[in-house]
Amino acid sequence: MCGTCGCGSDSNGPTILKPGEHKHEHGEHHHHDGHSHSHNEHHHNHDGHSHNPKHKILEIEQNILQNNQVLAARNRGFFEAKNIFALNLVSSPGSGKTSILERTLADLKNEISFYVIEGDQQTLNDANRIDALDIPVIQINTGKGCHLESDMVFDAVKQLDIKNDAILMIENVGNLVCPSMFDLGENKRIVIISTTEGEDKPIKYPDMFHTSDICIINKIDLLPYLNIDIQKLKDYALQVNPNLQFFEISATTGEGMDAWYKWLKKNII
Amino acid sequence: MHELSIAMGIVKIAEDETAKAKSNTVTKIELEIGTLSGVEIDSLNFVWDAAVKNTVLEKAEKQIFSIKGKGKCADCDTEFNMENIYDCCPNCGSNFKGILKGKELRVKALEVI
Repeated sequence: MCGTCGCGSDSNGPTILKPGEHKHEHGEHHHHDGHSHSHNEHHHNHDGHSHNPKHKILEIEQNILQNNQVLAARNRGFFEAKNIFALNLVSSPGSGKTSILERTLADLKNEISFYVIEGDQQTLNDANRIDALDIPVIQINTGKGCHLESDMVFDAVKQLDIKNDAILMIENVGNLVCPSMFDLGENKRIVIISTTEGEDKPIKYPDMFHTSDICIINKIDLLPYLNIDIQKLKDYALQVNPNLQFFEISATTGEGMDAWYKWLKKNII
Repeated sequence: MHELSIAMGIVKIAEDETAKAKSNTVTKIELEIGTLSGVEIDSLNFVWDAAVKNTVLEKAEKQIFSIKGKGKCADCDTEFNMENIYDCCPNCGSNFKGILKGKELRVKALEVI
């Protein structure tokens, strides 16, 4: 197949060529059937507006998030080569991301190598909580920033010196809006919602639920004291993203953690 | 306020492309922003002046083309307009759909001198 226009160059199947060879000349076949135009001839008068002819138009059509996506792809390649299962944990502040991490790391650290990247605007508090468990951890303080970006994770990963066959937990800045747009190169995105937040969170902040793979519902030990319908919460979440997989847990009592651990172990083998 | 990051991304693209074209000023920038992209145009406008200060975009006229959301049902193939990312198929009620339009976040063109 011709790499320039996609036309089949040989009806008998693939063409085998040496470097520098090209079986058909592009000058010979016409890509613009019936019309020809030279770029000097056409004036930029589309959509009824005209441009000053002294000005040059650059038609760039570039994705604004391209820079972030390129570095995210680089992270992803690194993780894949080293068999690192990378998770991006997102939620609103206070839903229990760090508590879930602490419990998980404490329970599984003898079976699985963990590494943690903590994202917060300020303080080393979360990193200190993880460090107390003897788990390698790096804190990213974003200052005024409301989310992590792939270049920050790239820099953090370089300093973490991660060994092969490990799980990397990236705890994003607590924010249910902004982190949804920024791919970090993770294998799975995990959105955490706690039972105290209200069942309509998924449709109030749909982008985060739309881009996540897993939804952890935390603080189920508080259910007897709350007026929340878990099934309704799940229905809302599935309306936004029918592919979501749920875990219902309590990081405080440990209830429901086994299913979550089983899923983690399954993904690291 | 991730719109500031978005604005900074736009500035970076404009600076790179302007340098490539050996120009130093952008007189106009055209953006395409989908209604399902997660970017609020009002918020982007709010941070714009601060983001473009002392850059090639400082004096540029900004034109934003808003692109309306459109989905296609994965179960019955109906194409439908989407206001929200969680809109279900109006024909069969399915939540399984592909988003055809509305996620755009693009610098379409720059006019430079």
